Amino acid sequence: MPKLHEVCRYIRSKNAGPFWITVDLFFRDDASYSAYKDDPNISSGLFARLFGVSESLIKIIPVDSLRVVKVSYPRPKPQGYQGERDMHGGQQYVSLLEVELAR
Amino acid sequence: MTASRRTTILVPTGALGAGVNARHVERGIALGVDAIACDAGSTDSGPSYLARGVSKVSRESIRHNLAILIPAAYRAGVPLIIGSCATAGTDAGVDWTRDIAIEVARECGISPKIALLYSEQSRSTIKRKLAAGKVFPLAPETTLTDAAIGDCEHIVALMGVEPYIDALNRGADIVLGGRTTDTAVLSCVPIMRGAPAGLAWHAAKITECGGLCSENPGEGGVLFRIVDDHFEVEPLNLENRCTPYTVSSHMLYENSDPFRLVEPGGILDVTDAKYDALDDRITRVSGSRWDPRPYTMKLEGAGGGAFQTIMLIGIRDPKVLSSLDVFERRMLTALRRRVDAMIGPAAGDYDISLRIYGWNGVTGESPPAGTPAPHEVGVMFVATAATQEMATRIAKTCNPAFFHFPLDRGMELPSYAFPFSPAEIERGGVFAFHLNHVVSVDDPLELTRLVWADYATAGQRETAHAETA
Repeated sequence: MPKLHEVCRYIRSKNAGPFWITVDLFFRDDASYSAYKDDPNISSGLFARLFGVSESLIKIIPVDSLRVVKVSYPRPKPQGYQGERDMHGGQQYVSLLEVELAR
Repeated sequence: MTASRRTTILVPTGALGAGVNARHVERGIALGVDAIACDAGSTDSGPSYLARGVSKVSRESIRHNLAILIPAAYRAGVPLIIGSCATAGTDAGVDWTRDIAIEVARECGISPKIALLYSEQSRSTIKRKLAAGKVFPLAPETTLTDAAIGDCEHIVALMGVEPYIDALNRGADIVLGGRTTDTAVLSCVPIMRGAPAGLAWHAAKITECGGLCSENPGEGGVLFRIVDDHFEVEPLNLENRCTPYTVSSHMLYENSDPFRLVEPGGILDVTDAKYDALDDRITRVSGSRWDPRPYTMKLEGAGGGAFQTIMLIGIRDPKVLSSLDVFERRMLTALRRRVDAMIGPAAGDYDISLRIYGWNGVTGESPPAGTPAPHEVGVMFVATAATQEMATRIAKTCNPAFFHFPLDRGMELPSYAFPFSPAEIERGGVFAFHLNHVVSVDDPLELTRLVWADYATAGQRETAHAETA
């Protein structure tokens, strides 16, 4: 099965305010987008497991016109807390690159 | 047939101080504009700027950009609108920006009428609102207490368009606002002039980061033009392009929901928006909706707590580099034992953390088994304690062990590479955001204040505020 970085041309993460991080999965082309936008492995369970957050608050929003799946999740700790290692959330996406898709 | 109604807003930069190109601004003005507007703040760089009421951007950068924008707006006879002054948009940040603006105006030999909009809130105001049931949590929801409000050094309420419209109606040439939604800074003039609210907020959202909605974000600002039932987005630089893709994809940026954006007094809904190329540089957008809602203002509050002192070493020793997880674990245990033995209970509720950059400095987790050893790493030591003095005592206590810690007991003592002397660096406070709430108001101006800048007194006294404070 392909990995996320193989079906996306670009993946990024960034703060969306001090309490949320948002991830954009830019799929490679129409074929990749339609094949994988609903992939069961791109799930709130995946994000809950990778980033240590509660599944119930995770938002997964497909944006057809841009061939993007956007996933937003609350930060496990607010931006800038004592143990902060990624102030802008800009490096969090790397944990997604090797995620294997289900089909 | 009636003449079409149009409003054009020039957005010279995504953030005041990031850079403004005078030639591009002149070109935009030549196309005909109704206002120049941009934002100067964000929470994006963390809580310390709000907690300390200090700008992230240097005075020189703000001054450089204002020295272009103030005379340009004055010559064009259009208002200049700046929101979220000095990063956090505190009252002190507005005053700091005011002094720079007046200095620039004086040098140009002009005296535009400057409205100062303040939206900083006292802790007692927010406690009163909380007691009155007017403060509501945003997801992920936390219960707000008076204690959490008390932990905030500064609290700001994000203004909508109304205070800006009020200032402009009262004759402001320049508006310097405290904390404001990025979009309201750009949508206020179109809304004041009667443009459809959905288009005004949407155009503002697309252009809030200046050139970020264009193909070459480094190529400066953009303008938007609301014409009847649509708006157009155009880059100021003739060689740059705003395409339907670059324009629509900006809705993704730093937004948890790309279709709905909550603003004071309503929700922008772009679910049905259409993006079409007007030509190869300009994109035309229609179909944006505005759903009016009860008026709320988002609150931001931040304060300080513990203090940190850090030290850095570089390691090239191949044996250590091939066993970094073991090394980290052993060193951390040794450092904590040392503090407990030498300082004891006086160290209080302290913390020591090691960040091995080049290995796992960002994640803090062990890389997968089989990950090859790096060429060299930097190890950052972070001591956190109740006072700066104690954090530094902990760092100094750890210094010899941090410097010479062997991978295995009984080895000759290594000396790792300190880049600085003294090795310990007092980093200052650890700050935190304490509010993720909105406050309900009866009137959009209830929590805001307008003051006219006084050229006679501004900048003559040293304020406690400085970017280095």
